[in-house]
This record gives sequence, structure tokens and C-alpha cells, in this order.
Amino acid sequence: MAVDVIMPQMGESIAEGTIVKWLKGVGESVDRDEPLFEISTDKVDAEIPSPSAGVLLEILVPEGKTVEINTVVGRIGAAGEAKQPADRPAPSAPKPAAAPVKPAPAPTPAPAPAAAPQSPPSFTRSSPVVQKIAAEHGVDVSLVEGTGEGGRVTKKDIMDYIASGSAAAPPVTPAQPAAPARPAVPTAPSPGPAAPKAPAPPKAAVFAAGQEEVREQMSIMRRKIAEHMVMSKHTSPHVYTIFEVDMNEVVKRRDASKREFEAEGVKLTFLPYFIEACIRGIKEYPIINSSVDGDTVIYKKTVNVGIAVALENGLIVPVIKHADQMNLLGLAKTAADLGERARTKRLVPDDVQGGTFTITNVGVFGGTFGLPIINQPQAAIMGIGTIMKRPVVIDDAIAIRPIVYLSLSYDHRIVDGADAARFLTVVKRELEKPAGA
Amino acid sequence: MPVTTYIDAIKEGIWEEMEKDERVFILGEDVGIYGGAFKVTKGMLDKFGPMRVIDTPISESAIVGAAIGAALVGMRPVAEMQFIDFISCAFDQIVNFAAKCRYRWGAGVPIVVRGPSGGGVHGGPFHSQNPEAYFFNVPGLKIVCPSTAYDAKGLIKAAIRDPDPVLYFEHKFLYRRIKEDLPTEDFVVPIGKAAIRRQGEDLSIITYGAMVYKALEAAEALAGMGIDVEVLDLRSILPLDEEAILATAKKTSKVIVLHEATLTGGPGGEVVARIAEKAFEYLDGPIVRIAPPDTPVPYSPPLEEAFLPQTMDIVEKAKKLAAY
Repeated sequence: MAVDVIMPQMGESIAEGTIVKWLKGVGESVDRDEPLFEISTDKVDAEIPSPSAGVLLEILVPEGKTVEINTVVGRIGAAGEAKQPADRPAPSAPKPAAAPVKPAPAPTPAPAPAAAPQSPPSFTRSSPVVQKIAAEHGVDVSLVEGTGEGGRVTKKDIMDYIASGSAAAPPVTPAQPAAPARPAVPTAPSPGPAAPKAPAPPKAAVFAAGQEEVREQMSIMRRKIAEHMVMSKHTSPHVYTIFEVDMNEVVKRRDASKREFEAEGVKLTFLPYFIEACIRGIKEYPIINSSVDGDTVIYKKTVNVGIAVALENGLIVPVIKHADQMNLLGLAKTAADLGERARTKRLVPDDVQGGTFTITNVGVFGGTFGLPIINQPQAAIMGIGTIMKRPVVIDDAIAIRPIVYLSLSYDHRIVDGADAARFLTVVKRELEKPAGA
Repeated sequence: MPVTTYIDAIKEGIWEEMEKDERVFILGEDVGIYGGAFKVTKGMLDKFGPMRVIDTPISESAIVGAAIGAALVGMRPVAEMQFIDFISCAFDQIVNFAAKCRYRWGAGVPIVVRGPSGGGVHGGPFHSQNPEAYFFNVPGLKIVCPSTAYDAKGLIKAAIRDPDPVLYFEHKFLYRRIKEDLPTEDFVVPIGKAAIRRQGEDLSIITYGAMVYKALEAAEALAGMGIDVEVLDLRSILPLDEEAILATAKKTSKVIVLHEATLTGGPGGEVVARIAEKAFEYLDGPIVRIAPPDTPVPYSPPLEEAFLPQTMDIVEKAKKLAAY
């Protein structure tokens, strides 16, 4: 019996996906759960494991083509099995077949049998008590941000959600976990990729002899980045402020803690220190952690810090949720985990949602500083330049110090230059405070 | 203030019942002249005389059989098993006669069979067991497992006054480690009633006997990690206090069942089943059992330590469940 391979639903608002790459060729054997193909959607890119073991009998949707979810994209069966049954249309026209027609292996509307364990299918993992509370309060569990193992929605999550949701009417409330990212908010499209970090080395276009230009279709991710960047510049008047920060003390602090973090299996970078300093700044100047909704300003209690991660052919901004409640180790661990999963395409939609402030490291690729574009609907984004030893004047003497330029791009509708400078002053103060202080 | 040990609480309970009710008497191996292997009955022979404090031959079946006979003619015998492990020798008397008498002939058998159970004292495989599971499946019996001195006294009195057979499993590890001030007035602890030993919101540990203390230690450690643990001490395992079990499960939605009896077929399975059946909609995670592996109790001290659930085992499993 051949098994249909379908385009899985990667998040409840996702309607279509693009086959980026087939990892197996027709006739090649594949194990159950072995990566079979890569897809790209509005929210995430992911490797999709094979729904069963066997031989890839046919590929119905070629690379680069975008199809609706639940479309059969390929078939797996025993070696030598008939390539296709008589009642199937020719593969040349892979109709995005209305999925329910075929005998779907599971009864749920979008079972996505091919979905990887880490990618949420159409249902949200919860528990009996969560289902009961959801039914009593008429809550859609899939809207609740899960903090349990594997993203499970726990009893506490749904209770918090209900508590925050019932108080959602006044504009100044703690950030409601999921609402800002819901597609229903027209001014706030999914917080996708943010300000371009230094782009990955572009693939050199191959010009045939005599050819003056090469045209290449944008990837979904590229298209989304393009749309989002234009929208952001269109929405927010950007203003930029740049501060110079002496990293001498952070270097000392990091050197002192490095070993300890290594024992925990975490490589300690400078990033957690910047995040920590930003959170201090936000606590003192909450306007930095806000967003605009019509003519109201929404201040957010929780600080969810997006970290721009450069990918081979674009970038993505996974979010450290509740960063304001983490210590340095927690920040380091979470940032490392998200970065790793971003690069290995194992992020789930929830990982890129709910950000309230973003940090982008323009220094990774050598930039002295950068002027990033705001990740809507946030109010500000901070760029970190390269940390470089420079001569500086201290007490009328010239010293060599590791210096970094921090740039803040902010939405001038709600953040004034003075606010930005005050915020950066706190960030600078936190980073420059003596080790051990 | 007089401070009473767990073992003295048992003795006081029996003593007071013997003073109050002349039908109450004790019998067992070395309970008289020697005062009992653990000295639970020390001094009783002098006080109550050889008619009420009877040294028996080494035959648990005979001890329980004699107790049943005496009970049927109106006495209130308290039979001691020198180590509770030996109760298996009296199995037939207990399960086929004592437990069924009321159902079959309308004659209650008000006996108490008591003895030291449990490990942690390097007693090896024949002197460390927790045999409650063998009897847990026997209608007609009651089983109690006190963890505090107060309960030790209150439950032995309740057991003696009960009109049906009660198995009283005291924990030898607690004998002289637990000390409490007890009320001077007469009191009983009702059979079939559990007690909350620690209030908590995040997770429940349902347990009994010596494991109550491991659960409380774990709860302390977990409190430092922001996990608020409730500890329910069953006190009686037959009948189970279902109301208390379901209440704590519904309250915290996450449950660990912990006991010193080995895992498979242990009383914990029944607790889990009742929660799964009657509080399913309140659960926010799998119900976790913590119990020794399915092996005899090892003699070697490090092996015994590995065999018995330890505080850190509980902490680790609780952390996982809390994060689930």
C-alpha cells in the first residue's frame, strides 16, 4: 500500500507551503521519520520527516512549487510497487487535490501525518484539565501560548491566558500572550523576519555567455522580508540614536563566568549581557517595549526579546519569551537553543511570535554599527556593532578599550529622541558597571 | 513536656486500651518476658499478667488462628508478628478466615495483627518488607500504616476498637526517629481518613508510612525551586480515602504516588486508577508512581539505598512533572 505524503499545516494560520527541496529522489528508500523534504511557509521553514518507511515512488510537487496544505506532494510505498494507481491523475498536473477525498489516515481535519514531532499540527498539546477549562471559558486552546514540555499548554498557561484575556479591554495591560500576533489584527501582520542583519553571502548568479541578467524568483522568506521591511518603513518614522559603550567590564565578567557556563554546557557569548542591559533599560523606560494600536499605545509588561538570526538565504527572528524573568544562564541557554533551531530549521511557529523588542547583531559580519528596521509592531530595535579595541580617553590618558556601538532604531510616533537616549544611557550604565557590582 | 516516640505511642495505645477494656490482650513471639523484639510490649507482662500477655510458639498461623478464636468468643486480641514479613505464614488464617467470617457467618472478627514493616535499617530481604499489597486485594480487611506518633497511637486504638480485622503495619525506621508531644486525653484516628501534611498548589504527592518524610523533604527542596507541593498522607490504605485523594488531584492537577512497597501491583496503582477514572478531567499531566523496583529488599546498604525511593529521586520526578 502506497502512503501519500502531504504538505503539512505548520501553524493554524498557514494555508500553503512551498517545497524547497526534496531530500530523497524517486526510487530512493527512506525510513519512517527520516527527513524527506524541506518546506518554506509564511511562518517557518522546516524539514518534514517521512510518514512511513519505504521507497519514494513519485514526487508530485516539484521543488519551488507552492501548494495548499494537505496537498499530496509525493507517495511512498514498497520497492517495485506500481508507480501510481490507475485512478490517479497524471503527475504532470499535480492538482492541489482537496485533501479529505483521499482516505486520510487520521480523522482530524488536518492530521498532517507527515508533520515532524516538533512541528505543531492542527491541534495543540494540552491535557484533560486544560480542555475542561477551555470548554468552560470558551477558549480556543490553540491561541494559548504553551510553556509546558514540548510547548504543551498547561493548566497555569490557560489560567494566565484567561486572566489576562478578561482584562484585555483597557489599552495598558500586560501583553496578552497570543493576541497581538493573531491574523485578525490587520495592522500587525505576523512578526516575521526583522531588520536585515548582515546578509548571508549571496550566491553568485551564474551568467551564461552573452547573458546580461539573470532572473530568479524570490523565496517565500525573501518575499516576506521584503513586504515586512517596506511595511515597517511605511508605518513607522524611524529615528536612530547611537551610543558608544566600553565593554571592558563585560569582558571581565564574561571571562569570570565562562568556565561556569561551560560546565552547564552553554557557550557564554556577549549577547546575554546585551539582553540583560536592554531589559534593565525597558524596566526604566517601558515605552521602548510598547506598540501602537490606532491612537493608543500598548505598554507590555512582559519582555519577549527577538534575536535576529542570519540564515543561508535570509533571516528569522526567534523570540526569547519572558526574557525579563531569566537570569544570564537562562538567556544564554535560550538564545543558543533558538539560534541552533533557527539554523537547523526546527523552529515552530510559536518561536517567532510574540516579540516585544528585537536585538540584531550587525557586528557579527563586521559592521561598526547598523541602522536596523523596526520589527513591527514593536517600537524599537537595537543593533549591536562589532566590539573593537579602540583608543579612548580615560582620566585624560589614552587607554585601549573594547568598544561597541549600539544603535537604537525607534518609532518616532511614540518614542522621542530623549526617551531613546535615556534608554541607551541605562543600557550603557548596565554594561559599564564594574564587574562584581 | 513528655515527648513520645512513635514506638512508645503504639505501646501507650495498646496499654490504655488494655487498661480500659479487659477483653483486650496481646499475644506473639517473645512479647511477654522479653518485651518484644523491638520492646513494643515491654513492661506489659508485669502490668497485665500472663493471662493477657501471652508468649506463643513460633507459628504465625497459630498466633492468628488463636486470636481469631478468641475474637469469636468476645475477646479483642492484638497479635504481634515479630517482623511483619512473617505475616505470610498466617496468610490463610487472615484472608480465608478472619476477612470472610462476617460475610460468611455474620460473625465479626475484631483482631489486630500488627508488626514492624519497612526498610532503611539494613534488615535484608526477610526483615524489611512492606506486605500491604498482598492484603490490599482482600475484601473484609482494613489496613493502616501510620507515619506519625499521633497516628500510631490513634490508629492502634481505632484498630483495637474496630469490630473487624485490622492489619496494623508500623514502620520500624520511624520507631525511635519520630517524637511528638501527644495529647494526654484519649483520642483515636479514624480508619480510612487521610491527612494533608503540607498544603501546596502545584503538585501533589500521595504517600504513606516512612515515605511521608521523604515527600516532605522533597517538598522543601522543591519549594526552593518555586514548585509548591502538597503532601497527602493516606494513613489508611484499606479503605482508601478516595475523597481526599480526588480532592488533592483536582486541586493541583499533577500527582505523584509514592510508596515503599514495590512498584508492580503496589497500592499506588489503585490510587492512580481512581484518579484516572474519577478526576481525569482535572489532570494536567501523567500520574507518576515512585516506588522501589520489583526486587526483594537488598541487604547491602548502598543497594538498599538505591532500592528505596530517596528525596532526590522524588525531586527529579517532581521537577519533570511540574514542567510537563
